[in-house]
Amino acid sequence: MTAVATSIRVHLVPPVQYVLRIADTCLIHAQRLVEWCGHGPVLEEDIALTNMALDLVGQARALLSHAGRLEGQGFDEDQLAFLRDERQVFNLTLVEQPLRRSSAHAPGGDFADTVLRNFLLATWLKGLWTRMAASSEADLAAIAGKAVKEARYHQQHAGDWVVRLGDGTDESAARLRAALERAWPYTHEMFKRDAVDTVAEAAGLGPARDALQADWLREVAAVFGEAGLEVPAETPFMSTGTQGRHSEHMGFILAEMQSLQRQFPGGRW
Amino acid sequence: MNDTASTPASTAQEWPLWEIFVRPKAGLDHKHCGSLHAPDAKMAVQLAREVYTRRQEGTSVWVVKSSDITASDPGDKGMLFDPMEDKVYRHPTFYELPDSVNHM
Repeated sequence: MTAVATSIRVHLVPPVQYVLRIADTCLIHAQRLVEWCGHGPVLEEDIALTNMALDLVGQARALLSHAGRLEGQGFDEDQLAFLRDERQVFNLTLVEQPLRRSSAHAPGGDFADTVLRNFLLATWLKGLWTRMAASSEADLAAIAGKAVKEARYHQQHAGDWVVRLGDGTDESAARLRAALERAWPYTHEMFKRDAVDTVAEAAGLGPARDALQADWLREVAAVFGEAGLEVPAETPFMSTGTQGRHSEHMGFILAEMQSLQRQFPGGRW
Repeated sequence: MNDTASTPASTAQEWPLWEIFVRPKAGLDHKHCGSLHAPDAKMAVQLAREVYTRRQEGTSVWVVKSSDITASDPGDKGMLFDPMEDKVYRHPTFYELPDSVNHM
């Protein structure tokens, strides 16, 4: 029997945290999308959701490996994904919210939440990758150059669904509006510049979050217009996943993701 | 468990079926590779990309609504195709092609 793996402690300098935020957002978003695998509303969309999740896993892997090189203690992508505690994981809080099924610790969530979140995130990531493709770090520029094509497709596919549901039946439109009410307060965090952003921007690693807002809002509003959705008013609520302070759902999703690697350290297949 | 009296026939609410044609690379023909359900042509193209080109099989996709295809009647097979059996002279097997001519 091997020993259970203990948590790693990442040395958090701003560039490392900057890269981890994006990596973790891709990783946790992918994990939520993967929950649809085998449960999609139709076979074709089941495959589509899983394909998009795999794109996001690929982006997360590349970024985690890069973060490991920046950080300097020699952590690899698996250690960073599976052996960090909750307070050292820095995804946007939006992506950890439950998507697929209702249960005692995961209320709400249906297909409307999925397509809407996917659209909001893909639009955000597209803007991020577009700017990061000009990064001063060649690795980040290369990762972004590949990822931007993937995000562009995710945005189109998810955006088409938003229009279909919003402009569909009374039932689908009502569900989409409800999903938007749930998701919107968390979008505030997507554009909240902090010291980490400022360091990354000054070093030319990639954009600060607030720089993404204008394009994002314009593209989101255009699709919402087609879907008959109103852009909601801003709310004062500010989520803090990118600071490592998460919602009540985070522990559960991390436990599900990490238990295997923690029981079988270094396990590969 | 469905109340059959109030439930429409099983296929009535399904998305229409689309036939998918994929071109493996520039210069080659689009080839029929299967079918899928999708609500409309635009989504059919996206879902064809998801279902049939995941392993770099394609550079271009066509979708055609299955109901728009008019097919020959299998019962007419003998009438339509058997008469060609003994007309070997219609094959261009009497020409020699240079090796550099591909895909003929």
